[in-house]
Amino acid sequence: MASAPQKFTFGNFVASVIWLVFWILVIVTLIVLPLIFIILFYVPLPPVEGEVLTPYLFFSMMVDPSRTLPIIKSFIHTDIFRVAVFPGFMYAAIIAAATIFIERKFLAKMQLRIGPLYAGKIEGILQLIADGLKLISKEIIVPSGADKPIFWATPIAFVATAAAVVALIPVAPGWVVANVDVGLLAVFAILGFFPLFALLFSWASNSKYPFIGGLRALHQMIAFEIPFILSALSVVVLSGSLNLSEIATSQNPYWFILFLPISAFVFYISSLAELERIPFDLPEAESEIVAGWLTETSGMIYGLLQLGTYLKLYALAALFVILFLGGWSGPQIFPKELIPGYSGVQIYNAITVNAAFWFTIKTFGVIMLLLLPRGINPRIRIDILLHTGWYKLIVLSFINIFVALALVYGGIAGPGGLVQ
Amino acid sequence: MTDFQEKVDETIKMGLEIVKETEEDRLMTLSVGPQHPGSGHFRFTVKVDGDYIVYCDPDPGYVHRGEEKMSEYRNFIQNIPHLERPVIHDSNNITYSYSLAVEELVNIEVPRRGQFIRAIASELNRQVYTLYWLAIYGIFLGHSTMFMWPTGDRELFIDLLEALTGARVTHAFNIPGGVRNDMPEGFKERCLRQIAYFEKRLVEYEDIFYNNPLFRQRTEGVGTLRKEDAISLGVTGSVVRASGVPFDVRKAEPYDIYNEIDFQVQYMKSGDSFARSMIPFLDMRESCHILRQLLDKIPQAGEVRAKLQPNPKGPAGESYKRVESARGALGYYIISDGSPKPYRVKISVGSFRNMLALPFLLVGSKLGDMPSIYWSLNYWPVEADR
Repeated sequence: MASAPQKFTFGNFVASVIWLVFWILVIVTLIVLPLIFIILFYVPLPPVEGEVLTPYLFFSMMVDPSRTLPIIKSFIHTDIFRVAVFPGFMYAAIIAAATIFIERKFLAKMQLRIGPLYAGKIEGILQLIADGLKLISKEIIVPSGADKPIFWATPIAFVATAAAVVALIPVAPGWVVANVDVGLLAVFAILGFFPLFALLFSWASNSKYPFIGGLRALHQMIAFEIPFILSALSVVVLSGSLNLSEIATSQNPYWFILFLPISAFVFYISSLAELERIPFDLPEAESEIVAGWLTETSGMIYGLLQLGTYLKLYALAALFVILFLGGWSGPQIFPKELIPGYSGVQIYNAITVNAAFWFTIKTFGVIMLLLLPRGINPRIRIDILLHTGWYKLIVLSFINIFVALALVYGGIAGPGGLVQ
Repeated sequence: MTDFQEKVDETIKMGLEIVKETEEDRLMTLSVGPQHPGSGHFRFTVKVDGDYIVYCDPDPGYVHRGEEKMSEYRNFIQNIPHLERPVIHDSNNITYSYSLAVEELVNIEVPRRGQFIRAIASELNRQVYTLYWLAIYGIFLGHSTMFMWPTGDRELFIDLLEALTGARVTHAFNIPGGVRNDMPEGFKERCLRQIAYFEKRLVEYEDIFYNNPLFRQRTEGVGTLRKEDAISLGVTGSVVRASGVPFDVRKAEPYDIYNEIDFQVQYMKSGDSFARSMIPFLDMRESCHILRQLLDKIPQAGEVRAKLQPNPKGPAGESYKRVESARGALGYYIISDGSPKPYRVKISVGSFRNMLALPFLLVGSKLGDMPSIYWSLNYWPVEADR
C-alpha cells in the first residue's frame, strides 16, 4: 500500500522523544523498580570487593557511578564475560560485521564503484543493519520434501561450530575462552565439521543444485584440509607446542612467517578454499549451480549461514596471525595509566589493551588479504582445484615440514635455538 | 571430441552394469534457465553424469516476439523502431542491414556523409554491445571486477551515442536513405578523446582478465571447435573467426564506405573458449582504429539523408543485405510486392547460428565449463528468438 510521506518536523520529533521519556520514567518507577527490589530482597547476591550487594548499594551507585567499577571489574573476570563479550562471541561478531562492511567498500573501490552509500548518513555504515533487518523480516521458505529437522538445525549448528573455533583463539595474554593444551588440534577437529554441514544441508534441501554444491563443498574441503593441517604442523615443529597461546608467545623476537613463508602461503590458500571464497567459491558458483548448497536458503537461515561464514573468516584470519604473525606481540603504544594519579579500582590494563589492539590490527590485515582475491580472480574449475589441493599444496607443505625440521636440528629456531 | 564421447558412453555403460539402474536414474537432468543466473532469456536442459555433461538440449523461443510477422503490417519506415528491439545493445547494426535492403528495394543512394555517420554509429554500438557481453562473461566466470569495469566504460560510448542520436540505448538512427540527423558540434573531438581513454582501459582489461592465469586455465583448450566443424555448423562472427576462418562481412562484402577503411580481420586458430573470448576484445581494439579513420575521412559538410517520399515504395522484387554485427553476419531478406509494406521479412541473425554449436560443444565437457562455453558463443537469446 503506497502512502504519501508524512510531514515530519523537528518539533514533532522532540515532542515524541519527550513523550517517550515520560512514559519510560512512569513505567520504570511504578513497575520495574519495585519488581527489581522484590527480587533482590529474596535473592542473595555475592559480595564484591568486601561489599555485599544490596538494593541500597544500587541507590548509592546512582549517586556515585564510580562505585560500579568493582562490580564491572569482577564481571570482566567471569567466564560469562569471556564467552559472551570479549574474546568470545561479541568481539568476533563485531569483527565479522566490520569485515562485511570493509569488504563492500574495498571491493567497490577496486571496481570503480561507490558501494553502500545511503543507509546511515556516513558512507552507508548502517547498511549491514538494514540487511539484517531485511533478512529477519523475510519469510523462511522450507522446500516441500525437505528434511525439516536437519534443514532447521544445520544453520544453527553451523554458527555454533564457527563460534566454537572462535572460543579457542587467544586474543591477548590470558584472554581466551578455552585454554586447551591441544588447541591447534582442537581447531582442526572442529573445522572438520564444516563439510559435513554443507553436505547435510544440501541433502536436506531436496534439490538438485544444492546437492551438486554440497558434493563440491565436500570434495573441496577434504582436498584442502590436509595441506591446511600440514602447513600448521611445521609451526608446531618450530614452537614445540600445540597450545595456541604458547605458539603465539614462542615467536617473540622473530615471527614464524620469516622462517616458513611457504607454509604461510599454503595456509593462506587453504584458508581461501576452506572459506569458499573466490577463486574457490565452487560450492556457490552461481552461473553453474545457481547458489550451490545455499540455493534453498531464505531469510534468517541464509543470514545465519552468512554469519557463520564470516565468524569462520575471522577465526581463520586470527589463526594465521597466531601461527605466523606473532599473535598479539607489538610495540607498547598505550600508556601505563589511563588517568595519571588515579588510585581507585583499576579496570584498565595497559598490556592487555595493547595486545588486543595489535591482534585486531593484524587480524584485519589478514582479513583484507583474504578479501583481495575476490576483486582480481575468476572462479576456478573443480578439477584444477582438486589438482591444486592434492598435488601442489601437499607437496609444498611437506617441503616446508623439512624446512622446519632442518631449522630445529640445525639449532637455529625452535626450543633452545639460536634466535630464542 | 568424438573419442571422448565414446569414453563417456563407455563409462555410462559400465556404471549401468554395476548398479543395475536405468539410465535416467543415473543421469541428473539440470534445467538451466530462464530463471537461472547462468543463462539469460533462454533455457537449455543438460544431463550430467557426475561432473560431465552427456546431453544438451537448447530450447530457444522464450522471448519470441514475432518481429518478422509484425514487419508485414507496417510500412518500411514504421518497421525501424520495433526491428531494433531484439538486440537493443546493438540496435544500430540490426537496423543497418534493414536500411540497406530497403534502399536496394526502393532504389535510393545514401549521401556520402550519411554513410560515414552510419558507420560511426555502427562501430560505437559494436563497442557498447561487446562491453556488455564482456561484463556478462566476467560475472559468469565469477570475476566481479570484470563485470563492473566494462559496464562502467560502456557509458563512454552510450554518452557518445546519446549525443549523436538522442537516445541512450534504442536509437532508431538508421533509416532507409541515410541517418536521422547530423553529428552535433564537437562530436569528433569528444569521440577521439574517449577512444584514447578507452584504449588505455583495454590494456587494463587485458592485465586483469585475459592475462590472469586462472582465467586461462579455465578457458584454454575448453570447448574446442575445429575449423571444419565451425564451417559445417555455419557459425559466424567471433566464433568462426576464433576457429581460424578470417570471415568478416565488412571485409568480404564491403557495404557503404567500408571498402575505404583499412583494418585487419582478427582471427585465431585454436578455436577454444579463450580464442572465442579474445576475438571480441581484439575487435574492440580494431573498432577504435576504424572509428579514428572514419572520423578522419568524413566529409566536412553535406547531406546525411537522401530525400524520400513520405511512404517509400519500390517496384516488386526482393533484396538481401547483410552487415557484420557484433555477433556476426546479420542479414535481412525482404520481398516487396510493390506496396509500401514489405510482403515478407526474414531476419538471419548471428546468435541463432552460434547457438547451433552449443550442444555440439557442451556434450562431453564439464559442468564447470558450461558458462564459459555458453557465453563465449556470443549468443544473445533475445536476438535469436526475434
